[in-house]
Amino acid sequence: MRNSTKLIILAVVAIICILLYGFYDIKGGFDYAFPRRMMRVGAMIVTGFAIAYSTVVFQTITHNRILTPSVMGLDSMYEVVQTLIYFLAGSMSIWVLNQYLNFAVAIGAMVLFALFLYRFLFRADKHPIYLLLLIGMILGTLLGSLVTFLQVLIDPVEYLSLQNRLFASFSNIKVELLYIAIVILLIAFIYGYRIMGQLDVMSLGRENAINLGINYDRLVMNVLILSSVLIATSTALVGPITFFGLIVANLSYQFLVTYKHSIHILGAGLMSVIALVGGQFIVEHVFEMSTTLSVIINFIGGIYFIYLLLKESRAAG
Amino acid sequence: MIEIKGLTKKFGNKPVVEDVSVTIQPGSITSFIGPNGAGKSTLLSMVSRLLDADTGEVLLDKNDVKQWKSVEFAKRVSILKQANFINVRLTVRELISFGRYPYSKGRLTPEDEQFVEQAMDYMNLTDMQDKFLDELSGGQKQRAFIAMVIAQDTDYVLLDEPLNNLDMKHSVQIMKILRKLVDELGKTVVIVLHDINFASVYSDYIVALKNGKVVKSGPTNEIINSDALREIYDMNIPVQEQNGCRICVYFNSH
Repeated sequence: MRNSTKLIILAVVAIICILLYGFYDIKGGFDYAFPRRMMRVGAMIVTGFAIAYSTVVFQTITHNRILTPSVMGLDSMYEVVQTLIYFLAGSMSIWVLNQYLNFAVAIGAMVLFALFLYRFLFRADKHPIYLLLLIGMILGTLLGSLVTFLQVLIDPVEYLSLQNRLFASFSNIKVELLYIAIVILLIAFIYGYRIMGQLDVMSLGRENAINLGINYDRLVMNVLILSSVLIATSTALVGPITFFGLIVANLSYQFLVTYKHSIHILGAGLMSVIALVGGQFIVEHVFEMSTTLSVIINFIGGIYFIYLLLKESRAAG
Repeated sequence: MIEIKGLTKKFGNKPVVEDVSVTIQPGSITSFIGPNGAGKSTLLSMVSRLLDADTGEVLLDKNDVKQWKSVEFAKRVSILKQANFINVRLTVRELISFGRYPYSKGRLTPEDEQFVEQAMDYMNLTDMQDKFLDELSGGQKQRAFIAMVIAQDTDYVLLDEPLNNLDMKHSVQIMKILRKLVDELGKTVVIVLHDINFASVYSDYIVALKNGKVVKSGPTNEIINSDALREIYDMNIPVQEQNGCRICVYFNSH
């Protein structure tokens, strides 16, 4: 089967999921429910593409298919920022109430964190990749502990409000942020259009990429900033979903045989939409909200992550 | 012209390349030889801007390599390192097409396709152009990478031990192709070689390194003699003349 056929199939499935989610079992007024559902679908599409896009490009610059921005601790950074804001300023402060301000602070902190990681990634040819993975995980744990520490200190009422922000949820999407997220995603895609070819060359490894005239170090830094902005966007919109990017990116590598990033980003993005919209449909209508989508995603993703680790270690040994 | 001036590189406190100055003669094959750890590959990496030098400079047409725009440099100088691990699945043709990236940014023109065809033809890869790289033997893979560099069509071709993993037949084949690139197309080839006899038979100039320093450099016939080789390798190496080629018989020396 050709890649274009596969992409069309994915697109059709995604549209079916969206229609199903939009029209199935609408109770109450159609005029009330339908726009709300479409708003959620919009958020899921933006989130799905943002995560797929950031993971695929991140894995190319790190030359590794197990690393994702989330595994490296970018998600935890978001939690730290939010917790610190609640801890220092409180839930009624402008830093929380003004969504845009809150969003800007979160993005800024995550980009800074990415640049900090870059100092390690920069020497990726000297450090073995599992060291990077360890550094990322340890940082993630460190930040996680910091979050817990601050959370036990703050007021329980504040904590509830904070928790609402930190749990990934597609039922409780911050609609105000949706438009700004769409703008960010569009800008990211326009920038991406310019660097797709360079990323393809990047897959040949650092030395071959430099040989072919890629300004390697600058591209790595730009892509790192790009993927942290995308992760920040999706996290601000729905909350952290750690393993999701890992699943869709790797499924795309298996499903679509090509070196072209444009195709993998599109493929992984469509798979994200299918998984998120289809998954949310199942959560709402089959499980009747007795669980949340992020729990299911992290459960499946965690298992898949272990499978990939075992597979890679077998390939290496 | 490529001029290397006072190049030094330290890893930690240990100098790997120390104050090396060499001028590469255009339109010739220059071989870097020397014992393991002499700094040959490090030197080549600095010339091709894969690695930054601590001090000293490399000039391409009188301009510092670091001042060149990456894309323009990639049209003049190409480099192929020894280990090429790729984690995407590529066909031979796709890989070779990447050689045209500096010119066409991924959208191949008919002229680019012609260079790709020609490179495949040169390396005898036309029959297997649709095979995936992971289906090839080490030698075939190596040839595909060399074809990519040939498709890149640069004046200078730098190769870091391209004969690794290759059997005798393919080693000879590749050295003959490099000779052809120089004699027919006027390219300049700089090559790190382990096998001193290939250096002796095919190169015009030899630069011998030892402990990061140039111990000998000059036309091949000045280097391939027992006195010079003793200085480079600390071995007693008899040199025999065979059909006009100087062959070093080092196998049972002491």
